[in-house]
Amino acid sequence: MTVTPPGFEVDPSLLRHLDGAQIGVELDNGDMVLSMGPQHPATHGTLRLVVRLDGERVVAADPVIGYMHRGYEKLTEFRTYPQVTTLVNRIDWLSSFANEVPFVHAAEKLMEVEAPPRAEYIRTALTELARVATFLLFLGEMGLQVGAITPTFYGFRDREYVLNLIEGATGGRFHPNFNRIGGLKDDLPWGWVAECRSAMRKVLDACDDFEDLVLGNPIFEKRTRSIGIIPAVIGASYGVSGSNLRASGVDWDLRRDGEPYLAYRDLDWKVWTHPDGDSFSRYWVRLQETRESARMVLQLVDGLPSGPIMAKVPRVIKVPPGEVWVSTENPLGEMGYYVVSKGSTGPFRVKIRSASFSNVSILPWLLKGCYVPDVISILASLYFILGDIDR
Amino acid sequence: MSDEQPEGARPTADGGEAGGAAGSGDGIEAAVAPSAPAPPALAEREAGLLSRLRADLGDGIVEDGNACGGLVVRVRPDMWRRAGETARDKLECDYLSFLSGIDWAPASAFCGEGRGDASTPQQPSEMDFGTAGSAGRFQVFARVASTGRHWGVTFKCDVDEEDPHAESWVPVYPGADWHERECWEMYGIVFDGHPALRHLYLPSGFEGHPLRKDFPLLAREVKPWPGLVDVEPMPEAAGAEGGGE
Repeated sequence: MTVTPPGFEVDPSLLRHLDGAQIGVELDNGDMVLSMGPQHPATHGTLRLVVRLDGERVVAADPVIGYMHRGYEKLTEFRTYPQVTTLVNRIDWLSSFANEVPFVHAAEKLMEVEAPPRAEYIRTALTELARVATFLLFLGEMGLQVGAITPTFYGFRDREYVLNLIEGATGGRFHPNFNRIGGLKDDLPWGWVAECRSAMRKVLDACDDFEDLVLGNPIFEKRTRSIGIIPAVIGASYGVSGSNLRASGVDWDLRRDGEPYLAYRDLDWKVWTHPDGDSFSRYWVRLQETRESARMVLQLVDGLPSGPIMAKVPRVIKVPPGEVWVSTENPLGEMGYYVVSKGSTGPFRVKIRSASFSNVSILPWLLKGCYVPDVISILASLYFILGDIDR
Repeated sequence: MSDEQPEGARPTADGGEAGGAAGSGDGIEAAVAPSAPAPPALAEREAGLLSRLRADLGDGIVEDGNACGGLVVRVRPDMWRRAGETARDKLECDYLSFLSGIDWAPASAFCGEGRGDASTPQQPSEMDFGTAGSAGRFQVFARVASTGRHWGVTFKCDVDEEDPHAESWVPVYPGADWHERECWEMYGIVFDGHPALRHLYLPSGFEGHPLRKDFPLLAREVKPWPGLVDVEPMPEAAGAEGGGE
């Protein structure tokens, strides 16, 4: 009755012992229900996971969400378009700038306004910086979840360089609210580009460190290889997106494959995929994407066009009636807004499609049959932000 | 192949929108809004998708529309699940982006001016419907995409106001589970065939459906939004008014 996960060798003598132990469990006890969270270190917030256990094995898992539900979809109906960017900032609070971009694009599309090239370049650079900051935290945190504390410090240290850059350009470390419909609030400050180049070199070095420190670690490999495998077909049907889906071998990145947006068409970069779909490959893909983003930022500041940073927009923003769906490749996956406008100063309805919501909805399927310690490794490798689940 | 059909349907679909734009047009937005918002024809890829959908769904497609280049297809309620299956099997749309609902009831009747909160943007007071139209107040809409072919379709389907029911998409896209639970608690739309419609975000005893337009935003009802700049009159105005007290 013992099931061994593929690729996980177990000493046969240990297996015999397990068989005996499992018979005892089946005779004496029913399943045990374990409530993980709402305050659990692996959940980065208030996610409660109710798991039914048979010994060490998960029989069923039910994520309980909503502890942080802030009703943003309702609130957008009571705000003007420029005010909504403040709200969407707080959906995925690690990459706030990237949340603003699709919403601002949606309004611009309906108004048929285009931001000037310089604004689009700076937007792209800040989006990629947000991605680097988000992923650096992941690269460190993931080590912590499987018992390695050193990468965490490296992750936080290097993320600080990036946050300083974001703060230098926008004034806000976490919630820049820097996008305006039609462009940006301000131009880059003097000296920012040089600072950015040196920080990106540090990030590239840090990625090499992570590669040696984490990927080369046999314990990390044992804890993550063949753990939490998401097949590409299942992942897509659950709406899993972004790096999680690319780690399952799906070569799909909205920066390249979606509606053209920002300045990605002008850059030389590569979409990374991994065929395995396990926790290890999710870490590996994000590590490569961090490098790729740092290189993108270097290209962006080298090719930064001159010119204005705001298009000509009226002082009071009224968006013509219509509907638009805009989705972008955010650090956590596909982030999209379905905006319905009725010609007013505020949206009539905004459907917020956040990446983590769908990424986490696969958990009941994914956790079935795995061991309790692997739950932690899987949660960490899926990488979700509670604000992005609960909106 | 059947490009004539969508052409015939489009003027009626967007006639209402054109009227709305003209009515709300004032000097400020004239600079950016196009003077004649005639909907551009669907791009070749979207038109191809539509004809493939038509080949399978036939008269199950009530109307189609163009949302800034995106294909919106409104299907008959009894074809809702079939539309999902067609998208998955014939259009290679393996990826469920989202599923949600929309309430077309006018917002201004319930909130805004005269309801303690003047900061809320004023929406039109009459009910009108967006791209691809609607038969009534409630609609369910969903977006599916293809990870291999990089295209996507938005489906819409009317839901009866008195007895809001829609077919569940869980058998087609398992990811629809949570989206339908959210839509059920937020709009009160029941999804037939869903394994367990339980509350997702709200506590289990919650009454009402918060995203319906007639559900008040209580925080604004109780207290005007503090961010509103001119909640209090300027000091000299206050002095002039309140001098006699």
